[in-house]
Amino acid sequence: MSTVTHEEKTPDMEEIHPHRRWYRRPSVVVPVVLVVIGYSILVSPLVREQNFFRPEVAADGGVTFDWNFFVHLFPLMLQGLVVTVKATLIGFLLAIVLGFFLALGRRSKRRLLSWPVTAVIEFIRSTPLLVQLFFWQALVRASEGITLEPITILALGLGIHYATYCSEAYRAGINSVDKGQWEAATALNLGPVTSWTRVAIPQAVPNVLPALGNYLIAGFKDAPMGVAVNAHGLLFFADQVRNDTFRATEPYLIAGVGFLLVSLPAAWLVRRLEKRISYERV
Amino acid sequence: MESWLLSGSQYRLLLEASGTTLQILAYAFLLGIVLSLVVGIARLSERAWVRGLALVFVEFARGISSIILLFIVAIAIPILFGAEQAPLILLSAIALGINMGGYGAEIIRGGIQAVPKGQTEASISLNLGPAQRLRHVVLPQALTIILPPMGNLTIEILKGTALVSLVGMTDIMQMARNIRQQQLADAVGTQPVLFLNVLVLYFILAQVINLLFKVAEAWLAKRYEGGPALTGTELEAIR
Repeated sequence: MSTVTHEEKTPDMEEIHPHRRWYRRPSVVVPVVLVVIGYSILVSPLVREQNFFRPEVAADGGVTFDWNFFVHLFPLMLQGLVVTVKATLIGFLLAIVLGFFLALGRRSKRRLLSWPVTAVIEFIRSTPLLVQLFFWQALVRASEGITLEPITILALGLGIHYATYCSEAYRAGINSVDKGQWEAATALNLGPVTSWTRVAIPQAVPNVLPALGNYLIAGFKDAPMGVAVNAHGLLFFADQVRNDTFRATEPYLIAGVGFLLVSLPAAWLVRRLEKRISYERV
Repeated sequence: MESWLLSGSQYRLLLEASGTTLQILAYAFLLGIVLSLVVGIARLSERAWVRGLALVFVEFARGISSIILLFIVAIAIPILFGAEQAPLILLSAIALGINMGGYGAEIIRGGIQAVPKGQTEASISLNLGPAQRLRHVVLPQALTIILPPMGNLTIEILKGTALVSLVGMTDIMQMARNIRQQQLADAVGTQPVLFLNVLVLYFILAQVINLLFKVAEAWLAKRYEGGPALTGTELEAIR
């Protein structure tokens, strides 16, 4: 019979994690910082909008698929992709801010506020983004003194469209905070501002994050619609190459490839985030 | 903006065009439902390669944007394979249907997985085959979970049909642009008012779809509420 040493009795120190807030854990902070850096690079004026896309390599005359042409379209495609991503990110920034206020408006106890907000959310949610983009473009053209670039209109349209989706996510997140938490905040004599910022939001945010990530990806998938308002993104690139070279197959297929290059890793990241957060909540 | 309404003939044109939109929606919906049933069930298959194939389809259909898929299916593929005469309406419906199938498969998988496992075990003990198990036991119970998100998905596809105007079909959106040309020629009406009316038309269509799904849900709730779950003919079919 072996004697039980002191070391064996103590629990494995590796397994005990001191409780840290989600925003103080390196596994969360590092990706967030990376995303912020990437974001600022993309949004900075360093990335210029390309006005025309002209392939340097001409395809041979045949109708068959030309791999050489396909590969040489890649750098041009990346330029279009960057514009699309940029519009998505700016639009989504608008969406997450505006969406929060829409959610607050919808939850308001004053019907004079909550009913119109609900109507607007439902209206925007169930109409096509493409028509909305045309509407915003028409509105900008009709109003004097306001001129916006196509990419701004695209970001604006995307932002307003996805703000309504985000507001639903926020609403679900806020509703998922236990009622007892609000009662406890009242019992502790916390003001409305403190109980929102210190009690409700910190608990609601982890629930909302995966949904917001999914909407970011969905917004990215809708961003090529900017071709309708002449934003020089991914589909604009494909259209222009088709008009220049009379070859449709390669540009559209490479646009699809560029698309999956961004959206599949993004979807994987969101799924990881989802798993991590649900694991953390237990 | 003196008037918020369009003229009667313009409304008639828009209504005619909404026939095309609804037609595409119907085809895409049919294809989407079939795809999502097949792929959703395949994702729960016992064979690994079937599961893998279904996963690849779902990731592809959800990862690619519906607009790029539409351009690839409606423009790139016909040129590549030399099928110039394929009807555009069918190609657009296929693109939208593939997109819907990807999302629908996940909804159906979620619905099937939400049915308690005891139901499957009970039906195995009653000597039902895999197809009977799915048709008579699991799917009817999953349907209550499947229907609400399916309604949302259908509205998403309705919104997606606006994209077919970009590949040259005359749906509501394209008709609105045609009307705009007419307006410019006649120098009457403003563009924001026109597109606002189009938005309202889409909103009404979406609400109709919403209502249909609500009716279906209510019917389903009544159908499976208490009493024997199977009618006499269905019992006969199982035997």
